[in-house]
Amino acid sequence: MTLKFPIYMDYHATTPVDPRVLEQMLPYFTERFGNAASRNHSFGWTAEAAVEKAREQVAALIGADAKEIIFTSGATESNNLAVKGTAYFLKDKGRHIVTSKIEHKAVLDSCRALEREGWEVTYLEPERTGLIPVEKVEAALRPDTVLVSIMVANNEIGTVNDVAAIGKLCRSKGIYFHTDAVQGAGKIPFDVNQSTVDLCSLSAHKIYGPKGVGALYVRRRPRVRLHPLMDGGGHERGMRSGTLNVPGIVGFGAACELAQQVMPEESKRLGALRDRLKARITSGVTHVHLNGHPEKRLPGNLNLSFAYVEGESLLMAIKDVAVSSGSACTSASLEPSYVLRALGVGDDLAHSSIRFGLGRYTTEEEVDYVADLVTRKVAKLRELSPLWEMVQEGIDLNTVQWAAH
Amino acid sequence: MAYSAKVIDHYENPRNVGSLDKDDPSVGTGLVGAPACGDVMKLQIKINDAGIIEDAKFKTFGCGSAIASSSLVTEWVKGKSVDEAEKIKNQQIAEELSLPPVKIHCSVLAEDAIKAAIADYRRKRGESVDDAKTAGEAHARKAFENSSGQ
Repeated sequence: MTLKFPIYMDYHATTPVDPRVLEQMLPYFTERFGNAASRNHSFGWTAEAAVEKAREQVAALIGADAKEIIFTSGATESNNLAVKGTAYFLKDKGRHIVTSKIEHKAVLDSCRALEREGWEVTYLEPERTGLIPVEKVEAALRPDTVLVSIMVANNEIGTVNDVAAIGKLCRSKGIYFHTDAVQGAGKIPFDVNQSTVDLCSLSAHKIYGPKGVGALYVRRRPRVRLHPLMDGGGHERGMRSGTLNVPGIVGFGAACELAQQVMPEESKRLGALRDRLKARITSGVTHVHLNGHPEKRLPGNLNLSFAYVEGESLLMAIKDVAVSSGSACTSASLEPSYVLRALGVGDDLAHSSIRFGLGRYTTEEEVDYVADLVTRKVAKLRELSPLWEMVQEGIDLNTVQWAAH
Repeated sequence: MAYSAKVIDHYENPRNVGSLDKDDPSVGTGLVGAPACGDVMKLQIKINDAGIIEDAKFKTFGCGSAIASSSLVTEWVKGKSVDEAEKIKNQQIAEELSLPPVKIHCSVLAEDAIKAAIADYRRKRGESVDDAKTAGEAHARKAFENSSGQ
């Protein structure tokens, strides 16, 4: 098989729509264009039926009931609705929230917004592997804690949390548990009942569905209530007003059904490819550090730091391959990845990190090509690196007086 | 980030990569930046008896712009006198490479690297050097420009 360039290895950022998903969406742009809220004619009924089918498909992926699925514009909205919506609803009960430092920005910034309005938030430090142990969550709980938000799997380092333990703890204390399952659902087994989750954010475009559609799971028994963030026609049981994105929702449903079908095989295949990529890189390059957990991680995720090589320069060197880096130079803020920093990975290694995201269309040929390319380019960049030279000379870089700038 | 053709050229074909003997009295070495900040430049110059920079070498840990900035200055300083080389300003580097605003600090670091290498050479020759003034000059100026809203 011949390689096609550029090679996509950034499946945590987004995924292409699976052609089988697209096929099901297409009629809903044209002949079946009805508004799902139109109750008095067949156009509306057709659209509504399609939405309800999708609701079942999304619910089935996470072991929920269809009535518990609220469609949104994506996971950012779902996270906002979960965090702010429950906080506003419970504002008279308590105003303390527990989350972690490595949640998605949509959770962290929702918490920051609440802090400005008088809420208090505890941001838990993850372990070095990225895990948030249940003991840490428990120690942070207070009598006025109303919500705990801890993700299923981290988007940068792929670490998979034991959300079932956290869910059980929260239930025993009568505290809502929200989990951002965007990177986990559809990739690893996840069930809202087994994990005792009250609220759960999902996104279509991370699982081969379209962009611009997501969902929030809101438990019905025991009933979870929240304050809507959008005022309007009272769609989605009053929790999210706005005309439904019918083609997007149809695609989301189809993507969930497909993910559920292929997950056992796909996760096994991706795990093997990921291990192959790691083995091939680490056999060719020394001073490589794995970021995240050695075992408890998403099958398609590999996050490596190549010491003494700056991440963005490595991205430039492998420009035929789409990956991402925790280097400051790749972000607008000039700050290295907040996730890696929270893990206690040094700033130098954060600048040197590359995230490889493998997915449905990644091939073994691509993995081998990328591993060999990275091996060659890291060697080349190290020849260019004064740090590498100093280390070869036996200088301990920690003893050097750097002029921080 | 979309880079200019010149940055890509210097990045893909860096000029004057390597090291000179740092113990040679005619060699000045500048090491600026910090690993935690994501860029470190080592710039070395070799000065002949006539006071002309006859060779320059660099090694850089940093992004494409940092590598290109340091590669470019090794080309520029060669054949110049120490005093001329000292006059290279980061704005000239940024302009030549069409660096975007977010990458201006790479050119600042390259200017600092030249100044640090010259200071090291002068120190070896027993000339008095105000380290704080020379090595940090570009940064200090940059900070001043930022504070004055430019």
